[in-house]
Amino acid sequence: MKVCVTTAGEGLDAPVDSRLGRAQNLVIVDTETMEAETVTNPGREAGHGAGIQAAQEVARTGASVLLAAHCGPKAFEVFRQAGIEVYAGAHGTVQTAVEGFLAGTLNKLERADTAVGLGE
Amino acid sequence: MRLAVASGKGGTGKTTVATSLALAWEATALLDCDVEGPNAHLLFHPEIESRRAVTVPVPRVKEDLCTHCGECADFCRYNALAVLPRRWMVFHELCHSCGGCRIVCPTEAILEVPRTIGELVTGGRGPTRFFQGVLNEGEAQAVSLIREVLAQAPGDGVTVMDAPPGAACPMVTVVRAADVALLVAEPTPFGRHDLEAALSAVREIGVPTAVLINRADWGAEGTRELCRRHGVPVLLEIPHLRRAAEAYSNSIPLVESVPDLRAPLVGLLPRLERLAGKRVA
Repeated sequence: MKVCVTTAGEGLDAPVDSRLGRAQNLVIVDTETMEAETVTNPGREAGHGAGIQAAQEVARTGASVLLAAHCGPKAFEVFRQAGIEVYAGAHGTVQTAVEGFLAGTLNKLERADTAVGLGE
Repeated sequence: MRLAVASGKGGTGKTTVATSLALAWEATALLDCDVEGPNAHLLFHPEIESRRAVTVPVPRVKEDLCTHCGECADFCRYNALAVLPRRWMVFHELCHSCGGCRIVCPTEAILEVPRTIGELVTGGRGPTRFFQGVLNEGEAQAVSLIREVLAQAPGDGVTVMDAPPGAACPMVTVVRAADVALLVAEPTPFGRHDLEAALSAVREIGVPTAVLINRADWGAEGTRELCRRHGVPVLLEIPHLRRAAEAYSNSIPLVESVPDLRAPLVGLLPRLERLAGKRVA
């Protein structure tokens, strides 16, 4: 399974970025092999709709799960339509976030958990 | 002449001044362009004749033609579109109705449909036509509705436009459509700060500008000095008058509650017309 984490750096040791739309990067982790690939988040400098842009990029990577600190309503709608599950409460590094997800300690969102422009 | 009555700060007396100028001048039209908080009718008391919905075009996709190539979403600088491998999504509140997505679509899969953002109220009082934009609650596209209100301005005569507060797009849209701007300022630290932002905006736009200081007896020297520094004339100072405030709270316009102000307000017309003549086309 491919899992995407919002980060401020590259690879498994990068810290989780508390922002989603304006996160520096997106790290895609294959949970079978723990191989990590880093892509730039195109939403990070968007004037508007950063979360929407980030969510589209996540969909493009083929990830089926997103791990983030929070998720706003517009980005959440894109994830929902894309069939990507969103887990909130990710913190620490990419590695610890993925381990937390695999251990079932992250919180699967049924709806956005923050207002427009705060999670994005 | 088209006059924009504007201010950086809200609550300085724009609507009070705009409605009383329209009355004192027996203006051709009064346009309430403060579409996010339209209230000129409360002081102007026009007869309302009609209301009609104002729409903006927004994109809709013909699913059978869409290949989900993503060209439209890449083009949209407001990120109002999201294209997923099997889905096409639009976020109306981010769409600025530029039509670019329809143009760039290689399969002509996008059409435009109208979306209501508010209404245009039409009426009049005596010789003065009245137009007011009312933006729907929660709606972000104020400028589109303001443009619709501005489009109602008669081609000749004197039109008074009550601008939205601030120095951002809504205010700029109204001031750009004007021959001359009158900034209503209040002599407080907040008033001075926001007046300076408004002065910078009007200078950038290139519209001749004058200032009216409201509640000038609160100590207006700092405001006068600011205007001197910007080379903008202060055409009128109105003191803080209890009877004006009481009348205002009862929806009575300034020009009626303080009849002494009628002559100075009437006198502003030729002075503003002279300034307007200096507008660089």
